[in-house]
Amino acid sequence: MSTTQLSERLHGATRWRLPRRQLPVLVSLGLLLVMYGIGVSQYRAFSNIQVIFNVFIDNGFLLVVAVGMTFVILTGGIDLSVGSVVAMTAMVSAALLRDGLPPALVLLIALLIGPTLGFVMGCVIHFFEIQPFIVTLAGMFFARGLCTWISSSSIPITDGFWTSAAQERIRIGDNFVTVSVLITLVVVAVAAYTLAYTRLGRNVYAIGGNQQSALLMGLPVGRTRIAVYTISGLCSAIGGILLSFYTLSGAPLIAVGMELDAIAAVVIGGTLLIGGAGYVLGTVLGVLVLGVIQTLITFDGTLNSWWTKIVIGGLLFAFIVLQRLLGFRKKSFSTR
Amino acid sequence: MGSWRRGLPAVTGHRLFWPVVVLVLLLAANVVYRPSFLAVEVKNGHLYGSLVDIVRLSAPLILVALGMTLVIATGGIDLSVGSVVAVSGAMACLHISRQPDQNNLGGVLVALAMAVGIALLLGIWNGTLVAVIGIQPIIATLILMVAGRGLAQLITSGQIITVNSDPYRMIGVGHVLTLPFAIVLALAVTLLVAVLTRRTALGMIIEAVGGNSEASRLAGIRARRIKLLVYVVSAVCAAVAGFMMTANVSSADGNAAGLWVELDAILAVVIGGTSLAGGRFYLGGTVVGALLIQTLTTSVYAMNIDPQTALLFKAMVVIAVCLIQAPAFRAKFWRRRTSAGSPAAPAGEQRKEQVAA
Repeated sequence: MSTTQLSERLHGATRWRLPRRQLPVLVSLGLLLVMYGIGVSQYRAFSNIQVIFNVFIDNGFLLVVAVGMTFVILTGGIDLSVGSVVAMTAMVSAALLRDGLPPALVLLIALLIGPTLGFVMGCVIHFFEIQPFIVTLAGMFFARGLCTWISSSSIPITDGFWTSAAQERIRIGDNFVTVSVLITLVVVAVAAYTLAYTRLGRNVYAIGGNQQSALLMGLPVGRTRIAVYTISGLCSAIGGILLSFYTLSGAPLIAVGMELDAIAAVVIGGTLLIGGAGYVLGTVLGVLVLGVIQTLITFDGTLNSWWTKIVIGGLLFAFIVLQRLLGFRKKSFSTR
Repeated sequence: MGSWRRGLPAVTGHRLFWPVVVLVLLLAANVVYRPSFLAVEVKNGHLYGSLVDIVRLSAPLILVALGMTLVIATGGIDLSVGSVVAVSGAMACLHISRQPDQNNLGGVLVALAMAVGIALLLGIWNGTLVAVIGIQPIIATLILMVAGRGLAQLITSGQIITVNSDPYRMIGVGHVLTLPFAIVLALAVTLLVAVLTRRTALGMIIEAVGGNSEASRLAGIRARRIKLLVYVVSAVCAAVAGFMMTANVSSADGNAAGLWVELDAILAVVIGGTSLAGGRFYLGGTVVGALLIQTLTTSVYAMNIDPQTALLFKAMVVIAVCLIQAPAFRAKFWRRRTSAGSPAAPAGEQRKEQVAA
């Protein structure tokens, strides 16, 4: 290869690097805008700004869970336990409130259980070197089993703090959002800041890029891996609280399969499943895409709910092929 | 005594030792709870009993897990089996329910052929994504896992299709030569897979692809074709399991059929000693793993524990078996038990290997 060719290649590489890394996120954004455009052009009520707020209100807990999942997937791991942890948190809060504990204490306990389980799973993954897939699968069974152990039927929440948090409307002009939306936005902001500007965030990207290199560079691989599962557990716990605000009950079989929605949202948001590249903003876009699909199908009325699954599957396919075409691929893959 | 002592590490070190111990413990717990548990009787020339039931109910899981074993041996994973179970069961039941005479054997066979045909297509889809396009297996099959459920509901129009067909029910609850037909079918498929992989070079080729796909290609193995093949086999196994599950209840439910079966199958494979990293597979271990999971489920039912709480027990068994089998855990445990420093070096090496992998 001659020098000119080489320099051309190098030049080409530098010229293409920036868009290539952010292209999946841009594509998600484009997709979201196109779908919103379709909605607005087809249905008059769709242009109401409240439709967008409703997407946030209905998917806030999923967004929080997906943000936690983003951390785990960025390190190249996976967390299948999130849906069950969400249900367990809602269930524990409902059961403790029924027993008459003060709401502040219940909130504290509920927010501690998820991260604790995440911490334990992270430790097992790191110290015993068992695949995250298997460990979090066991975590998923454990949390779901705990739900039904607490109660096999739904427990309603009548506590004053919970009901006021659920029913409080924060007015923005003619429209409103709930308290949950604000909590969601705070979580997203904190997560985005952590990933982009803190040492922990850098470590997460480094481990996802190449775990061995990260180890050789002296980064705290073990601590970071345990941390991401703990963060995911915390996000699931917050998601569980938001879900209990949303439904005002704890049900043992709620949020079944939410881990798949969360993973789908993260992938559609442009995060690579092999780890190392992706943004919290992408995940936000991914959740919004899922939310707008559901809204579109609800507005249409003639399409059945199972079309949601088929469309999500199609989108997953499109985005994965896109990542593949952009050349993101590790030479040797593993099913970690 | 001396030979017994020498033989002990060989027995306890065998990869099936702990799964079998757990299985025996579970069976023993059942016997303590209900002494008639082990009784097997012959009624009308058919075998009946709790043990027979456990094996019969684990037949679909064994089938799915066999296909999964081959996929995992190539370093892949197939999350879509549950959806394939639902799609194939729905397809077969839909075709049978539309026939004027549901007991017509020909019509049932056409329905089965159509369902297997769809499963073949789904398997080729998975295989193409993984082998040709080169997508990570866990993601490639996730697509069908999500979309397949929708597809199954599309086929059944969101309804639960019930069929009233004796030949079809035969697959789930019929008897052949005193044994339940499902057991015979699972046994036949197990033997077929075992002979095809262990009496020919196919098994070694699959392990070679799982060990190092690129090296096996350079050695002259058509790695892509093998990968495609295992996903197709997995889908077909799942389809047959789908027939069993839907025939058992004479109805197809696009939502519930085969729910979580992919997780149970992966667990069965892992409990059986096959590593998720690929490169080795143990069919016998997989069968033991599947039996273990079904025994656990059945015991929980028999002891009047809420089926959902059974997940709690499943989680504990899974973690226990995986921990015992994990090299890192064994190394740490071993080092603590023997104060001599000798095992420390191998433990360190193992660590490096794991990180490299």
